[in-house]
This record gives sequence, structure tokens and C-alpha cells, in this order.
Amino acid sequence: MPPGKSGTLIIGVGNEHRRDDAVGLVVARRLKEAVPEHVRVLEESGDAAALMESWKDADTVILIDAVRSGTEPGTLHRLDAHTQPIPTRFFHCSTHAFGVAEAIELARALSQLPSRVIVYGIEGKTFEAGQGLSPEVEKATQEVVERALGDLCAVSIFRAFSPIF
Amino acid sequence: MKSRTIKVDYLARVEGEGALYVKIRNSRVTDVKFKIWEPPRLFEALLRGRNYSEAPDITARICGICPIAYQMSAAQAMESAFGVTVDGQLRTLRRLIYCGEWIESHALHVYLLHAPDFLGYEDAIQMAKDHPEIVQRGLQLKKVGNELMAFLGGREIHPINLRVGGFYRVPTKRELVPFIDKLKWGRDAALEAVRWTATLPFPDFEQDYEFVALRHPDEYAITEGRLVSNKGLDIAVREYDDHFIEEHVPYTNALHSVLKERGVYLVGPLARYNVNFDKLSPLAQQAARDAGLGPVCRNPFKSIIVRSVEILYAYDEALRIVDGYEMPEKPAVEVQPHAATAYGCTEAPRGILYHRYRVDDQGVILDAKLVAPTSQNQKSVESDLWQFVPKYMDLPPDELTWRCEQAIRNYDPCISCSAHFLKLHIERE
Repeated sequence: MPPGKSGTLIIGVGNEHRRDDAVGLVVARRLKEAVPEHVRVLEESGDAAALMESWKDADTVILIDAVRSGTEPGTLHRLDAHTQPIPTRFFHCSTHAFGVAEAIELARALSQLPSRVIVYGIEGKTFEAGQGLSPEVEKATQEVVERALGDLCAVSIFRAFSPIF
Repeated sequence: MKSRTIKVDYLARVEGEGALYVKIRNSRVTDVKFKIWEPPRLFEALLRGRNYSEAPDITARICGICPIAYQMSAAQAMESAFGVTVDGQLRTLRRLIYCGEWIESHALHVYLLHAPDFLGYEDAIQMAKDHPEIVQRGLQLKKVGNELMAFLGGREIHPINLRVGGFYRVPTKRELVPFIDKLKWGRDAALEAVRWTATLPFPDFEQDYEFVALRHPDEYAITEGRLVSNKGLDIAVREYDDHFIEEHVPYTNALHSVLKERGVYLVGPLARYNVNFDKLSPLAQQAARDAGLGPVCRNPFKSIIVRSVEILYAYDEALRIVDGYEMPEKPAVEVQPHAATAYGCTEAPRGILYHRYRVDDQGVILDAKLVAPTSQNQKSVESDLWQFVPKYMDLPPDELTWRCEQAIRNYDPCISCSAHFLKLHIERE
């Protein structure tokens, strides 16, 4: 895959020291073992400006983060940024005044959103200080890995048949 | 009797979790509470028993926006206690990375958090739809600040390259060259930005603040100086505890800080500007004057102009430093610990950040005290609202609430930094 605005990027967002908030990082690390070399895998803290910078040259982004929306712990939310706005309260597990949802919406407003952005949000159970995922969230990680690999597969099939992509 | 309450349970566009409560009775404000309900973080306690050399990296974890400020206040405290002077290019490099932190912190606040208030947008995302070029400029200005921090500090959030005595690694002159064009672009963009902020609409509101900031004879103080105010304070950093006290207030998890003699005071960009206008670079002074500011500015809403002037200054200063940089022979000065009390204070983006440590003869920390800018400004935030609300009492409720939030955002409060202390009270029968 040549460099430039045609890359696929996986971003795991989270804080390793706040229990389930680490799930984005955990999934990103597992994906790194499983994806082809040309797919970049990044770990980010969730700062909006850094996120916008990181996907500047990508056309497909798969982003994984913990969420707190009131559903059962371990629930997997899959959002396609091009078909729906990302609710800004969704990702407020961290105290960043400007985080994942803002990064996506701001990029959209500035016409800088990559052509494909899929967000996996995993409902967290505990965000207290400490390491280790809760069992419910740990259980959900395998499904995220598989579905993200499925997304990547779909992208590469699409690319194979579409020389201009 | 007519009674009204303004309540904002979750303040938006501030760092951390806080709330506001204003009570109005018979057209008079009867209560104002700026509440910081984020849980205390107990850093002072967990520093006990750690080595003096760990203080910069441990305290940096308090804040993802201003880690350099924590590292620098901690390092400066230890250095002054152990009789070490970090000067020459090492001192200058510290100033350079600190400029990076001012730039990224101020640009975030000016463009993404504060500007939407003035233009009537709910947030920067809405603002970006109508003013993409302005938001874009803010993001680019911020980016160069982040790059400076990442390059000199090893990474942009919680940098790892600063230490007591200097750095672990210093850059070659050549490595800094790529920054020259970026800093020149940033200086021009920051100048434009000052002009732009001057066109924003400002409420007619002034307060007779006591501005407290570091002051240095040769420069716009960032990394060292005496603590000076416009009302007669002029003390060494080590005298801080003789003049300032922290008080427990029941409704907030952050201590209120006051001057023993005169009570409420203000720290941050507005304070620095008023105390040190004459030390700004000619370019920054001229830009401020062109923006309609004199050497004194008492309107807290105009802090957005002042922050922009400081962004300009930081770019100007960074460029000066990079131009004159020569790689120092050693990345750090040697430090020999001994039993001492260590005092440090530097100008974090939001104002003076004071550290005090007691260290034993092996360099182990016995106790620590950290006073963050936002906790020092809490009383000033409330005092602004006491004065501000009566003037705008007739606004519709939503608009008045908005104005109150805007008045709080004037301070760029960093709530996570301020909530660091809890007094445990156990009642027994």
C-alpha cells in the first residue's frame, strides 16, 4: 500500500490506568497482531486535535473506545460516522473537554473526515483507577476484534475491485 | 418575594467536572457557589516517601494539558533547595518547551472552548461550520505547540525528558531547524489571531482585581521570578506560605486560596499581562495596543485577547530561542540532595503553580504541598459572578445562564488540577 491518502488506520483510544477505559487500547493491540503490515495501528489518549492529526492521511478509520451510555456493561455499539452524528456525551469517560466525538464532528464540519469512519464503542462497567478490564468488557473484546477484521476485509475487497479507491 | 436560581450541573467546555449555583432573591444575588465536584486526587499524599527526582514525573500526571508546568515547578523547587542553578542554554530550552505548553493550552481554550461564547455558538463544532478558517487556524497554532512539547519532551502528553537539573537528552542545533518555518508561520498567524479576537463583542464589565504573577527583571516571567502584585505584594517564592493561605469550603473539593492580608486575588494570563506588560516583546506589546488594550486590562472577558497576545509572545520568544540555540555540553546539572524545604513556582498557562516539599538528607520526600492556579482563582470566579449577575439580571434565564458560564470560562478553569485535596471529617457519637 503506498503512503498518502489511501491508508487504513486503526485507533484505540483509552487510559490504561482507568480499568475499562483501557478497552480501546487492548483491542488495538490485539488487532495489531492480526492485521496486514500496511494497516497502521495507533494508541491515543483521546485528545481531539491529536486524533484529527492522526487520521489526516487516512481514508478508512476504525476507532475503538470505551463508552458510558447507560446500557449493559460489555454492550457493543457500532457507529458509522457518515450515517449518523456521534453523540458528544457518549465518550465522556475521560475529562477531556474535547474528545473523540468532538474530533469526529469537528472534522466533519471542516470537511476533513476520512471517507470511512467506523466507531466501536464498548460500554464500560468501571472507570476507577487501576488496571484490568471487568469480565463483561473483557468478554466483548473478541467480538470487536472479529468485527473490525471483517470491516478491514470488506475494505480490501472493495479496493481490489475499485482501482481509484 | 421573587426568587430565582441559576443552576448549571455540568459546566461545558472546561477541563474537569464542576458546577455553578447562583441564587437570586428580590432582584438581589444572595448566593454564588462555583462547585468543583470532581473527586480529590491525593497527589500530595502519594508523593510522601518518593525520591526527590520522581517529583517532576509524578506531579506531571496531575494534568494532561499543563504537565510541563508541574515538572518545572517541581524541578525548580528541588534545584533551589539543593543549591543548583540551571542556566544558559538549558534554562533557555526549558523556556522553549514551556512556550510550547502555553501555545497548545491557550490555542485550545481560545479557539475551541472560549470563542464560541462570543460568537453565539453552542460549541466549536457549530462555529467551525460558519468559520472553518478560524477553527483551522486555531488547530494549526495548537499543533505547533504540541510538536514543540513532543520534540523536546519525548511525547506531548506527560513528557518524559525533563528532570531535576535539566533534561535527559538535549537536541542538536540542527534538529531544531525544522521548527523555524513553523514558528514563523505561527507568529504571523498569532498576530492575525490577536486582531481577530479584538473584533469580538465584549460585555462592559471591569473588576478591581489584585493581579498576582511572577515577575522577572529581564523577561516576561515563565520559569522563575518574584511573586508580585499590582497592590504591593513583592515576595520571594519561598515566602509564599507567609502571605497565602488555603481554606476549606464545604461545597467544593478544591481548597480556596486567599491572600492573608487582602483576600481574593487573580492569577493567569490577565494577571501576567497586567503585572508584566513592559516585559512583553515589542511585537506582542504593539499587537496588544493595536487590539485596543493598554498596559492595564481589568475586563475578564478580554482575557481571550490577552491569551492571544500570549500565544503571539510565545511564538515570538520560541523563535528567538531557536535562532540563538547552541547545544549545551551536558543535558543536565548534577544534583546532590540534602535535607531541606524546597519551594518552586512557575507560570502555568492558567497562572502561578506553587510547589513546596520537605525532603530528608537522602532526598526522600517527607511531605508536599501543591497549589494549582484554578484553586487560586475560585474565589475570583465567584466574585466576578456576584458583580456580574446583577448587571444582567433582566436577561432571559437561558441567556443569563449562558453569560454566567462564559464568565467562568474566562478563567479557562482546569478543574482536574484544582481538586487535589480532601479533608476527611469523621463524626463520632
